[in-house]
Amino acid sequence: MAVIWGIVGLLVGLVISLQLLWPAFNFDLPWLTYGRLRPLHTNAIIFAFGGCALIGTSYYIVQRTCQTRLFASGLAAFTFWGWQLVILLAALSLVFGFTSGKEYAELEWPIDLLIAVVWVSYAIVFFGTIAKRRTPHIYVANWFYGGMILAIALLHIVNSAEIPVTLFKSYSAYSGVQDAMVQWWYGHNAVGFFLTAGFLGMMYYFVPKQAGRPIYSYRLSVVHFWALIFTYMWAGPHHLLYTALPDWAQTLGMIFSVILLAPSWGGMINGIMTMSGAWHRLRDDPILKFLIVALSFYGMSTFEGPALSVKTINALSHYTDWTIGHVHSGALGWVGFITMGSLYYLIPRLYGRTEMWSTKLINTHFWVATIGIVLYVAALWIAGVMQGLMWRAVNDDGTLTYTYIQSVKASMPFYMIRLVGGVLYFLGMLLMFYNMIKTIGQGKSVDVAVPMASAPAHA
Amino acid sequence: MEILWLLIPMSVFLVLVMGGIFWWSVRSGQFDDLDGPAYRILADDDTPSPESTAKNASDIEKSEK
Repeated sequence: MAVIWGIVGLLVGLVISLQLLWPAFNFDLPWLTYGRLRPLHTNAIIFAFGGCALIGTSYYIVQRTCQTRLFASGLAAFTFWGWQLVILLAALSLVFGFTSGKEYAELEWPIDLLIAVVWVSYAIVFFGTIAKRRTPHIYVANWFYGGMILAIALLHIVNSAEIPVTLFKSYSAYSGVQDAMVQWWYGHNAVGFFLTAGFLGMMYYFVPKQAGRPIYSYRLSVVHFWALIFTYMWAGPHHLLYTALPDWAQTLGMIFSVILLAPSWGGMINGIMTMSGAWHRLRDDPILKFLIVALSFYGMSTFEGPALSVKTINALSHYTDWTIGHVHSGALGWVGFITMGSLYYLIPRLYGRTEMWSTKLINTHFWVATIGIVLYVAALWIAGVMQGLMWRAVNDDGTLTYTYIQSVKASMPFYMIRLVGGVLYFLGMLLMFYNMIKTIGQGKSVDVAVPMASAPAHA
Repeated sequence: MEILWLLIPMSVFLVLVMGGIFWWSVRSGQFDDLDGPAYRILADDDTPSPESTAKNASDIEKSEK
């Protein structure tokens, strides 16, 4: 399902990037306007693509590393179907214009409640499985997944506290700058725990497995985990620099963001160094290419992130497309690639095969997607810096040199390049889908005996 | 900024909880051996078992790995 939702999410992203170039692409239909499709795009990528990938891989990893079956497998099936229902409801409600207006938490309160129920079930299954593990040690990947599950539960419940007015409309329990602070405490930790910690769990299992080598330093991976979760919670205010938020809170957010560079790069180096002694395998193993390039993008965006959160740089970059470029280098490069690499490892094993239907096709996917990301990110870097410079340019008499619309016109060529990059990445995803169908068609779903258990839901 | 009266105590509480879990994990010997676990996941052979594929095919596939 992750692959399918990935395709849907990317497709919606493409439509809205078309609309930025040619607004007529909303066909004058209210449910296809940018304002409704944009939250659909972000929700589909983060929660549908990312969520399915996280839940599916975590069930696989926790069973293998704890050498036991899932705790309450019926409940695990419920998390799968419940999550799909959430996604379906989200897609429908956003298109029809129901939104609470909080970024990455747009869904209305009935869906929020359903998410909470599904997520708590997920936590019960996951921690239940860890509790009945047959190995004394809890592998580091499980720590990352566990941290993610706990943090997301807390974030979701606090941020989505809202007062229902009707069945389809509610208002946040907080107001004004208070709401903004809670929103970005949530928003940034959603990035930190959902899109970083969770996917690091994936990285710490699938990179060593695919490379056939132990993680470079297991000690460092443990330090990575604890350092990351102790510092991430405090970085949210960097989304609110130069706003009504008190200055000391902004500075605190900035400082913690810069501190985050240390554990992030520790983890990145740890992942990449796992390859030492096996570098030659990058030549003919496209799955490893995916994983290693994902780590490189993790390193790049965790360097870019702290840099952008520094007030001086933020003064230029805030509200420009630089931020969009940063997010996409993280989402397409890190989250996307680590997931694709992991799924290419996982899918054949769930269907009683040793490799995907076509390794060549994986390689093609890799190159198409990589070129796509580079075009996308580079175009938005340039566009973002240009916008920032144009907005702050001042004439001798103190008036602005450029009107806003001039900066929009100047961005158009870069939006075009970004669209091409997005199309390439999307094509890569279609290749993956085809390869997956062929692989599944060849094998049959296996249910390997305990302790070598395979995941039940092909999420 | 009354919201900080909620967010900061909550974050501090969370840090205490995490500190508690950390203390438990160190005390219970989770981190006594920091080399073995890295090798143990590699020892776990997850290539599909023979009965799930054709008997001969699996042997060939294993030798290919």
